[in-house]
Amino acid sequence: MFTRREALFGAAIGAAAVAAMPAFSATVTQADIKALPREKIKLVSPPFVHPHDQVAKTGPKIVEFTMTIEEKPVVIDADGTKLNAMTYNGSIPGPLMVVHQDDYVELTLINPETNSLAHNIDFHAATGALGGGGLTLINPGEQVTLRFKATRTGTFVYHCAPGGPMIPWHVVSGMNGAIMVLPRDGLRNDQGKPVKYDRIFYIGESDFYIPRDEKGNFKSYESAGDGYDDIVKVMRGLIPTHVVFNGKVGSLTGDNAMKAKVGETVLIVHSQANRDTRPHLIGGHGDYVWEQGKFANPPAKDLETWFIRGGSAGSALYTFLQPGIYAYVNHNLIEAVELGATAHFMVEGTWNDDLMTQVEAPKPIAVN
Amino acid sequence: MSLSILKLVSVAMAAAVVPVGVSIQAVGGHRQSRPVAVTTLLPGSITYPMPGEFLKDGRPQGNPRLERQLDKPLEIMTFQVSVGDYAACVASGGCQPPQETRAIPNDAPVTGVSYLDANAYARWYSEATGDHWRLPSDEEWAFAAAERFAGEFEGVENDANNPARRWLTSYKAEVELNIKPDPLPRSRGSFGVNSRGLSDFSGNVWEWTSTCYVRTTLAADGTGIASSVDNCGVHVLEGRHRAYMSNFVSDGKSGGCAVGRPPDNLGFRLIRDHAGWANRIFSWLGIV
Repeated sequence: MFTRREALFGAAIGAAAVAAMPAFSATVTQADIKALPREKIKLVSPPFVHPHDQVAKTGPKIVEFTMTIEEKPVVIDADGTKLNAMTYNGSIPGPLMVVHQDDYVELTLINPETNSLAHNIDFHAATGALGGGGLTLINPGEQVTLRFKATRTGTFVYHCAPGGPMIPWHVVSGMNGAIMVLPRDGLRNDQGKPVKYDRIFYIGESDFYIPRDEKGNFKSYESAGDGYDDIVKVMRGLIPTHVVFNGKVGSLTGDNAMKAKVGETVLIVHSQANRDTRPHLIGGHGDYVWEQGKFANPPAKDLETWFIRGGSAGSALYTFLQPGIYAYVNHNLIEAVELGATAHFMVEGTWNDDLMTQVEAPKPIAVN
Repeated sequence: MSLSILKLVSVAMAAAVVPVGVSIQAVGGHRQSRPVAVTTLLPGSITYPMPGEFLKDGRPQGNPRLERQLDKPLEIMTFQVSVGDYAACVASGGCQPPQETRAIPNDAPVTGVSYLDANAYARWYSEATGDHWRLPSDEEWAFAAAERFAGEFEGVENDANNPARRWLTSYKAEVELNIKPDPLPRSRGSFGVNSRGLSDFSGNVWEWTSTCYVRTTLAADGTGIASSVDNCGVHVLEGRHRAYMSNFVSDGKSGGCAVGRPPDNLGFRLIRDHAGWANRIFSWLGIV
């Protein structure tokens, strides 16, 4: 059994150097910030996103979030393969947080006594202190509150980074998510014209590295720490055993397929905290794609497949034009089909014969 | 023949399951030691949806339900071919090892076997026993499975103006079946006996049949077949739902299509042709 003392010892080395840094640098006075209005957000599990305004209705505010870290075993495929997961708020990925530019994000991070490891959070959207990682390392039984100013717009990854070899292990055990910082006046297309979405879905792609026994079957471990040495060996091979959306094979198919209607515009936010990926909507397109995720750059138009760099989050805006079942995949099709990176959209509506029709059904080849 | 008589006789036959291991051992040379249980089903008829894909006026149709007559008694393995049975074929060089790495009981159905593997086993087993063993056709399988036969999804819409209705309703029908993955094969008998006295139909092992995938265009006036194209590189599997897979696929999960719940495992059972004793019994009973 992996003891807490061992876990803390392993985690503390990387974080010690920055623990004494000030909480923030004061270009705006504490009083200015304290005077701002506050809003408390209740986070929801992906692929869904908490209610939010696309265009800010007021000036900047302090947006309060609370996330509880849960270490727990989760099943990641239909064979019952088990991952000793580490999660923000119980889900892989962690919830998508949405604020507007110049809002202050105030996160209270809780590491319950029942956990065995130290954790923190590194926001790619934040400036300084290793993205906040240097100010948020907490042991089981502790909580911490971090505030950062959302200065740059876009979709950004957040992840756990508790020092040294703990960093990749925590990330590929599930501790990653994304935050979306919207321009105060909402999204704009390549012409600078406002664009809106009717629905938003958040897809977090994970690469998992599950050790196998001598027969080739996946192993399971009593605790995360018990599997650590074996998992690191698989991680160093850089070939994942599972590449999945939202924590497990099939988490966004069947009963959990995402739903939309013809004529609706959908924003798909896609994050990958560790490894490159290339989303593709089979039978559809990306009307406007912020491939690098940052809204200060004009979106690319009419993409077939888009590239999400490991350690980043991008988004694609698409208006559905035909009904049917769409597969949304990582277009490394081996990863989509064999390793799990497939989601489905069920789209209801009227068929458009002008866009596509089967002129003649399959039949024996004509012999003249 | 009325259903009640059929049921009565088949139950009676189930009670008289005949171990033919003796005759296998008599062949000598093979290490097959377990007696294989065979159940004989009396001739009868079934009404069932034909396998394959059907088109009319260029549009997909529901699979036509036809009455089929089976005019000979059917001698079929009471259980699926087991891990132990198949291992004997591998040991004697007649079969490739199954693509299976999990720890599975010796008396569980063999899984991780392709259509090609199943046929290799049938060939080897026929030589070993001196009888002719083969995969059942899809209709023989459906007849034997009786109430365990699932076939195609019902209630799939067919809208001439919107092909997506068919895709959406078929996807929903499959979701509503609510079949949870049940990956690990279990000891034979675990999925119970059907009304014909046969075991383990439509559990978590789908079974290969000898029926090819076929696309049929029905005549526009509905009176027959306008054309059909067979693809015998793909065969029909039966289980909790019908599946079509390439002959070389041994893992249901990677052989399934982009949409829908794939079979948990692939296995098979065999039918014996031309067994003299059964015909003798039937003639004693005055049935044939």
